[in-house]
Amino acid sequence: MTTANPAVDPKAVEAQLLAFLTERIKAPVEPGDDLFRAGLVSSMFAMQLVVHLEDTYDIEIVGPELTLDHFRSVDAMTALVLRLSGKNDG
Amino acid sequence: MTDHTEHRLAVIGAGVMGTNITALATGHGVPVVLVDVDDEKLAAARLTVRQKLKHAQLMGVLPEGRGRGELVTTTTLADVAEATTVIEAVTEVTEVKNKVLTEVGGLVAPGTLVISNTSCIPVDEMATWVPRGDELVGVHFMNPAYLIEMVEVIRGTGTSDATMERVTALLSVLGREGLVVNDAPGFVINRLLHPLINRAAMLVQEGVASAEVVDGLLEGCLGHSTGPLRTADLIGVDNLADSLVVLHERTGDPECAPCDLMLQLVRDGHHGRKTGRGFFDYRKAAE
Repeated sequence: MTTANPAVDPKAVEAQLLAFLTERIKAPVEPGDDLFRAGLVSSMFAMQLVVHLEDTYDIEIVGPELTLDHFRSVDAMTALVLRLSGKNDG
Repeated sequence: MTDHTEHRLAVIGAGVMGTNITALATGHGVPVVLVDVDDEKLAAARLTVRQKLKHAQLMGVLPEGRGRGELVTTTTLADVAEATTVIEAVTEVTEVKNKVLTEVGGLVAPGTLVISNTSCIPVDEMATWVPRGDELVGVHFMNPAYLIEMVEVIRGTGTSDATMERVTALLSVLGREGLVVNDAPGFVINRLLHPLINRAAMLVQEGVASAEVVDGLLEGCLGHSTGPLRTADLIGVDNLADSLVVLHERTGDPECAPCDLMLQLVRDGHHGRKTGRGFFDYRKAAE
């Protein structure tokens, strides 16, 4: 028996990610917004998002999952977290 | 043209640039021996390189169908002897670079390409520290080296044509494009960039504008992708101050004497992104 992980609830993940991004970017974010502009700073932030998702949801983002498109929006990140959490649950 | 399997790199110095160059090379299938003075630093460097490789993959900048190059870490400088290229990436302090390059010169066989990832010390000065100065060339990798394709290649007055061919072949394998400049303190990029950053810091020190505003103006009005003070934090404020001292000593340009604010940040241990705080605070903010 395992404890239910709130991370696998799509609404909860979406709300957590929106709160995280709003704090970091210091601007309102919508779930479908494209978070990146071209340039180096945004690429550094992309890596921070990878680390954040891995630490927060106890997942490992490797191989073909490690692509910028999966971090482009809150929608895309939520889908990634759900997919990888599902795999973790076996 | 050469194949990536023909190259074996030794990188000396596991700091910001050493780990950057190691990630770039291993990500392009070239094996690397990474040397530093203590095991703790090397253990941290292995994690850093892994993270940088992840970042490179995330950004889609690694070649497909090429395996990762093996990474070996060591505290024994003699382990560089088998490398086809040695890249020196130690602190920008003349005495430190002199000691390392002198030792490397005694270890490597003739025909080994010796690269200094120097920031400001002229190649001709370093060429006197090695037995075969014609095999020494400067390559100024940018940070992050695995993301920025362009590098500044510094040809010393004694650098041979064969060395220039070898460095071009290596950069091609690493997917980098080099623009060649003649030797001078700071070369082109840092002769321009370092005084600019110093002046930007001075404007903050004088209360003319905050770091956010200085960077915001250069980004918004002049099209810089990263403002001068965020660039300083990326380089490392401590390294920048060292480089400015090198430039100031060799050019006499008063614009190159590191300003009080920069020296204070160094004293306080606020060295930029790598310590979590420099001109900006990275512990909470996204950028």
